[in-house]
Amino acid sequence: MDVELRGITKRFGPVIANEAVDLVAKGGEVLGLLGENGAGKSTLMNVLCGLYRPDEGEIVIDGRTVAFAGPGDAIAAGIGMVHQHFMLVPVFTVAENVVLGVEPVAALNRLDLAAARAKVREIGETYGLTVDPDARIEDLPVGVQQRVEILKVLFRSARVLIFDEPTAVLTPQEVEEFFQIVRALRDDGKAIIFITHKLMEILEIADRVSVLRAGRIVGGGDPGAMSRAELAEIMVGRPVRFEVERTAFTPGAPRLEVAGLTVLHDTGEVAVDGVSLTVHAGEVLGIAGVQGNGQTALIEAITGLRPAVTGRILFDGQDITDASPRARHAMGMAHIPEDRQRMGLVTDFTVAENMVLDSYYSDRFSNGPAMDWRAVNRWAAEAAEAFDVRTPTVFAQAGHLSGGNQQKLIVARELMRDTKLVIAAQPTRGLDVGSIEYIHARLMAARAEGDGVLIMSSELDEILSLADRIVVMFKGRIVAEFDASAAPPDKAAVGLAMAGAAP
Amino acid sequence: MSDRGAVDSLLQRAAPGRAEFEDLVIVPLFAVAVALILGALTMLATGVDMATIGRSYVALLQGSVGSLGALSETLTAAVPLVLAALGLALGFRTGLFNIGAEGQLLMGGLAAVIFGFSFPGLPFPVLMPLCLLAGALTGALYAAIAGYLRAATGAHEVISTIMLNLISYRLLDWMLSLDWVQREGRSDPVSRSVPPNAELPRLLDWLDPNLRVHAGIFLMLLAVWAVHWLLFRSKLGFEFRASGANPDAARYAGIRASLVIVLAMALAGALAGLAGANQVLGVLGRATPGFSAGIGFDAIAVALLGRSHPVGVLFAGLLFGALEAGGRQMQVDAGVSIDLIGIIQALIIVFIAAPLLVRAIFPWGFRRRDKGGAR
Repeated sequence: MDVELRGITKRFGPVIANEAVDLVAKGGEVLGLLGENGAGKSTLMNVLCGLYRPDEGEIVIDGRTVAFAGPGDAIAAGIGMVHQHFMLVPVFTVAENVVLGVEPVAALNRLDLAAARAKVREIGETYGLTVDPDARIEDLPVGVQQRVEILKVLFRSARVLIFDEPTAVLTPQEVEEFFQIVRALRDDGKAIIFITHKLMEILEIADRVSVLRAGRIVGGGDPGAMSRAELAEIMVGRPVRFEVERTAFTPGAPRLEVAGLTVLHDTGEVAVDGVSLTVHAGEVLGIAGVQGNGQTALIEAITGLRPAVTGRILFDGQDITDASPRARHAMGMAHIPEDRQRMGLVTDFTVAENMVLDSYYSDRFSNGPAMDWRAVNRWAAEAAEAFDVRTPTVFAQAGHLSGGNQQKLIVARELMRDTKLVIAAQPTRGLDVGSIEYIHARLMAARAEGDGVLIMSSELDEILSLADRIVVMFKGRIVAEFDASAAPPDKAAVGLAMAGAAP
Repeated sequence: MSDRGAVDSLLQRAAPGRAEFEDLVIVPLFAVAVALILGALTMLATGVDMATIGRSYVALLQGSVGSLGALSETLTAAVPLVLAALGLALGFRTGLFNIGAEGQLLMGGLAAVIFGFSFPGLPFPVLMPLCLLAGALTGALYAAIAGYLRAATGAHEVISTIMLNLISYRLLDWMLSLDWVQREGRSDPVSRSVPPNAELPRLLDWLDPNLRVHAGIFLMLLAVWAVHWLLFRSKLGFEFRASGANPDAARYAGIRASLVIVLAMALAGALAGLAGANQVLGVLGRATPGFSAGIGFDAIAVALLGRSHPVGVLFAGLLFGALEAGGRQMQVDAGVSIDLIGIIQALIIVFIAAPLLVRAIFPWGFRRRDKGGAR
């Protein structure tokens, strides 16, 4: 089945999300849709899924023009979307999730789960999507949950499959398995649209690529004939530097020493299990690991947001195990939190208010009990200028900034002062290439100034390009350590450790 | 260092947008208009004839702003509403949904009465402020119970303040039956009277002894200013607002959530207690069962109508005060039940809470707003 988008334009008021977009997805082919965040990829796909109606243009399936009144029409036409955030009921089984909404029924309207199971098995065998139909979703690893999502759209007889940033939550091994599934689907004649902002994935999996920038198609073609740098330049609109510039590695005294740290989840389960690590001045320590292996709790314990059950944390030789977050901040610890919307920002506050979120109480920004807004605003404007936070004014709401600018706001707030230790959790998650480049450079600048830098990321490439030393967390423990000061370690070996295989 | 011009341009304040003006001014105006129209339809539906409906709205206008006496009544009714609503607004901004203004108001008012008649010998400039202080402190302590329960045990303040309201009713009844509180020679629950030198002085009784407007209006204006300063100019207010808008970010920023919760509840209680003290010292002169007359609940509506902004609360309180004063006149002149005022107040809240509904009813009142959400 071939799907063609012809001259699709979608406006939201004065904002043009898509302008005259032409796109063709052919059966038996993987189309890579590449673009930065905010380029209009999601809007375009929502048009194709029947969630939005285009203002201009048409959707043509196998030569026939169609109009979708809603998502139901798109599904009926054979278009299926695998969302970035899974839409599964955790306490249901695989089979129950797959049939949810289109349940096969036997006599008397009884749910026929046996038929569902059989069908799940059958589809699974066809495409190598092996999943136990009776397993409960919450017991399955993320990679398998994604297969369930794929099963869902195949169960609904989709012939065009749209994958929205499908690899964001997978380990390197899972990505490999996922690519095999995609190839199996393609070889079966399905049309695949693969949305991503990761260039390497396009080069690896796509048969054809279309690049979206600012709502328009700005280029495309055969990825086999294009280099990573060319693709990046089309996507961003300027040449991009991939290699992080780093000064010589000259580690100093320990900045952060963690010894035998055990931390619990809110549920009382052990999240961090006897972890010890050290970050030296002028060193970047990378914590690699698949999400949900205790990294978040470890960062929270180091920054004072979660109590340590056992173990000690030393900062510049001083015991801070029981110090408040504010005390740690005042000692020169900067924290770029994992979830910028939930923890890093008050989205209803202005840019200026967010710039002083954790330093508003200092003498620079207050007179006794009163805030000194004049000083706050001036400083915020300087910080925004220095860290390239693109905002009309410092009085704009932080929630109205793009993701990259929100993250730059946080980085500005945390690094625009004398710091000794920088804790950065997922510092570039979901950001565009330009912002990633910028934030990486800032983190390396902190390292060059003699800060200890601790970076936690589920993006292995990010860890590999930044870290001088890498530790891998799995199930709350550090299971492997790699020296990366001279040359990056073997990616496969790190990936295996992330998957829990002992080195 | 950075470029001066670029920094300065970041500091330019944009003029308030048309959308803001629409939300703050036009929506409330339309809401009031629609509520009045629907109120008239309600009267029609209950068999009131057109002439009476016309008379009742004339009475509503006259009774609220039509004369000096009407203005005096409007202001008198508005003062406790604004005071209590300021406290609630403070709580809303901190993310606390405090339903307990009624109980805090009763406890504060009772404390002010008791303090007043216990020290009748003190001179006015000492006794009156001390009575107000007693009311504020008692309201603060009473509200702090709910704040502490929330901070220490996670008990939700909606539930605990409702329970504290119920406790306050019975506590008041019981206190009013105690020998040293109950008025001598009375068998019904009425407290001793506030001595004259504890009363909030009436401002215009030299013109006409029936003009009840009293010095509480200065208290009200002072409180509006103080809450505005606290919320938007002080460090504590920054902590309150951050905690209310995003508790996780506030914790990340090193703000102590439990302290903020207890403090914000206590301040809200102090303002409700002040409202209670204002009633007994300025209007009632004594405490009786249920002397709050639902002000603590009406104040929730006032705080919401005022969008938890001190100035908004002031205007919303004046509107509700006007409706109350005018409603009494309406009952007298046209014989329409005062309950109608309750209906109109409720309708105003419904329309304020649903600005999209108002926009849909009066599309010509607003600049076309663009749908969709993509940035």
